[in-house]
Amino acid sequence: MKFIISSILIIFFSFLGCLFFPWWIIAIVAFIISILIYQEHFVSFICGFISLFLLWGGLSFWISLENAHILAHRVSLLIFKTDSPFLLIFVTAFIGALVAGFGALTGSYVRKEKQQKSL
Amino acid sequence: MKILSLIVSAIVTIILVLLFNTRMLLPVPLGQLLNPQEGLWQNAEPVDQNYSAQLSFPQLEGKVKVYFDERLVPHVFADNNNDAYFVQGYLHAKFRLWQMEFQTRAAAGRLSEIIGPKALDYDRDKRRLGMVYAAENSLQAIDDDPETLAECNSYTSGVNAYIENLTESTLPVEYKLLGYKPEKWSNLKSALFLKYMALELAGYENDFESTNAKSVFSSADFEKIYPIVMDSLDPIVPKGTIFSSPAIQVKVPSTAASLYYDNKDSTSITEQKPDKDNGSNNWAVSGQKTKSGYPILCNDPHLDLNLPSIWYEMQMSTPSYNAYGVTFPGAPSIIIGFNDSCAFGFTNAQRDVRDYYEIIFNDSSRSKYWFDSSWVPSTFRIEDIKIKGEPDFLDTVIYTKFGPVMYDQKYSGGRSTHHKDYAVRWKAHDRSNELKMFTLLNKANNYGDYLKAIKYLHTPGQNCIFASKSGDIAIWDQGEFPAKWYRQGDFVMPGTDSSYLWQGMIPQAENPHVVNPERGYVSSANQMPADTSYPYYLGGSFPPYRGWEINKRLEAMNNISPQDMMELQTDNFNVFGKMALPILIKNMQVDKLSPQEKKYFSILKRWNFRNDTDSKGATLFVVTWDSLETVIWKDEFLQSGVQLPWPTESTLLDDINKYPDFKFYDNINTLTVETLPDDVTAAFKMATAVIRKADENGKMAWAKYKDTHVEHLARLDAFSRLHLPVGGGLNTINAAKAQHGPSWRMVVSLTPETEAYGVYPGGESGDPGSKYYDDFIDKWAAGKYFRLWMMKSSEVNDQRVKYTMSFN
Repeated sequence: MKFIISSILIIFFSFLGCLFFPWWIIAIVAFIISILIYQEHFVSFICGFISLFLLWGGLSFWISLENAHILAHRVSLLIFKTDSPFLLIFVTAFIGALVAGFGALTGSYVRKEKQQKSL
Repeated sequence: MKILSLIVSAIVTIILVLLFNTRMLLPVPLGQLLNPQEGLWQNAEPVDQNYSAQLSFPQLEGKVKVYFDERLVPHVFADNNNDAYFVQGYLHAKFRLWQMEFQTRAAAGRLSEIIGPKALDYDRDKRRLGMVYAAENSLQAIDDDPETLAECNSYTSGVNAYIENLTESTLPVEYKLLGYKPEKWSNLKSALFLKYMALELAGYENDFESTNAKSVFSSADFEKIYPIVMDSLDPIVPKGTIFSSPAIQVKVPSTAASLYYDNKDSTSITEQKPDKDNGSNNWAVSGQKTKSGYPILCNDPHLDLNLPSIWYEMQMSTPSYNAYGVTFPGAPSIIIGFNDSCAFGFTNAQRDVRDYYEIIFNDSSRSKYWFDSSWVPSTFRIEDIKIKGEPDFLDTVIYTKFGPVMYDQKYSGGRSTHHKDYAVRWKAHDRSNELKMFTLLNKANNYGDYLKAIKYLHTPGQNCIFASKSGDIAIWDQGEFPAKWYRQGDFVMPGTDSSYLWQGMIPQAENPHVVNPERGYVSSANQMPADTSYPYYLGGSFPPYRGWEINKRLEAMNNISPQDMMELQTDNFNVFGKMALPILIKNMQVDKLSPQEKKYFSILKRWNFRNDTDSKGATLFVVTWDSLETVIWKDEFLQSGVQLPWPTESTLLDDINKYPDFKFYDNINTLTVETLPDDVTAAFKMATAVIRKADENGKMAWAKYKDTHVEHLARLDAFSRLHLPVGGGLNTINAAKAQHGPSWRMVVSLTPETEAYGVYPGGESGDPGSKYYDDFIDKWAAGKYFRLWMMKSSEVNDQRVKYTMSFN
């Protein structure tokens, strides 16, 4: 349950944050949510990771689908020298996921520190 | 222990953020680029994108409606002219902002700012040629004309209205990839765009190479290798036309024999040159030759084939005019097109309006130069070239009476070994207002209006073609051209003496022209405008063959329909091939060929002179002729040790026909004396060695061998269209070379209800993520056309209208 709530919050605030701040706001969002809602370190990481994988992967997949993958064909060829829209979507999702995952992991360590100190 | 994990995790997070946020790996942070909410994904336009919108701008005086048809061509209906130019600027920016900004930065020598030090030489070349100086002079002419000024101001404010509303996510994708932002538009940028075209079209010359050639070859040989007139000449103004005596009598300088014609001082500068085949076809046939009884006008300008295209198609309609055609993103008005009364188009006039003078300075300060027996003070212009990732580069350019000193000790395009100073006199530096010509052509009702309009065209000189519904056809070889003495400016001139200056401009009325000729057609294809009876020296470089073939065809045609004209425009007949192939066949030493070479020779012999897509004979002919040029010229040219102009294919053909014992047949590196048959056979062996490889890879068919492609302006292959199945090429009317050719094909039948056709190799949108980015290319490649719709204001409910944009 915690996992799902965290996930929803990370997705929601990452989306909102990116409307007003640079892309790396996703690391801060994941960091803060994972301080507020404590989960095991590894679970926290997975939670952040999956949240952004879903958000960035889902958004880019949806945009690309609407676009009949015209741009993704061309850009994947440009960046990866191979014509693969799904590779571009995957890399987009993975970069967001990795950053948010570590942001969340850091958050969970901070929460743990605080809890130990307050004990 | 826990605190350590915290630190490690925090550091990893920070490193990841920095890694995806750095500009060290790519010009732009990968995280930002791929962020679906503002990065490149935002340029992936939905295929069913709705372009309809309600927009409001205080700059507008009235209302403007824009109706987009199914090809996304906008039909602009405005309450007044300036509002129409505002919306034109807005639409250019909306669909083509990156290219117009990129091209004007290139023109101004500012590419280093965005792509770094590798563009420095390109930029210095533009600064030293005085591109900005030229644009500033144009701007003064624009400021002096209230109509053009208002037009430019409206256009500029339209472009800026779009730029001001851009966000990070709506930036064109090229900005995101290259990591920079657009600047505000200005009238100067429009002037720079026109100078960019002037450089393309009136920037070609061979002065340094020709000066070298003059020092290497005897004058008899020189005239054979670089003749002024080709045997195959069929000029724009028919031979035998009587010209009135010239208003300007040019005087050859008294020192020319020793200081100019015979001056054996070779140089070794080679500059960045526009494509020498920048050219075009245009023709108009009168009603007496057409099926409808009304004139038909055709035009296909040959330029670099780029994406986004140099052209943007649109209709502009106001209470004072209604014009349709292609426009230049970067400048107001319709450039090539038609209105309700007439049609107009252009080919390049090819005249030489860029000359060099050797300047003698007082000392290393170069504060004065020697001119007419006294020291004249120089002026200095400091060019501050900003370079991405590096400190600015300051370049001092000295201005003289002639113009800027383009080459000196400090700069020679990286190739000079001499340390001399050369000033460039370029006609495009002079004050002129070419935009006014387009404004007036858009409104023209008749021949008189056209004639008034084209007088504003000074540089680049063009063959301006015209036809009207009232039945007139005309062509003027128009521009403000210097009156030159024989060979003036073909070589570098002394800069110490006023007798070498251009002595005057040819009066406009004396420019070659043809109006309503009895033969029933006018045409041009960059050939010489007139034969040697024309009283001024013409200079320049004039390919003869396309014009020769077009005239022959038009002469024979009657009862012409627009379809006939489209077939002619896309015709792949290689007239040069027909003239030259017999020489290859007659001189081939068949007994010296291997069995495989014999097989290829039999294909060559059976060639039907057509550069069709699947023709193997065309490939064999073209490669063999190129090899023959190499075999004949290269030995002497290499021996000279300096850069020389490569003689044209027409010159070699004329020489072969005229001189059976031409001394250049001999290979100077062998003891034996070679003859033409030896050379032809050697060339064929050389050619088949190349072609055999192509054949093994299945690339011997002409279109595969030639490999026409439309290339993205930033040379990104992924944004280009490669390997197009297109025939034609050099010396065919369908002049589609590898990355150069018909950039817009247009056929306009001037019947009471205009019937027009057109196509360009691109699409209306400049966004590589749009389905409208390259959607005309396949049609263009297949030699097919779109019917052009001159929409009437009563047709707003026509089913071709897909989207409506309202401005008020």
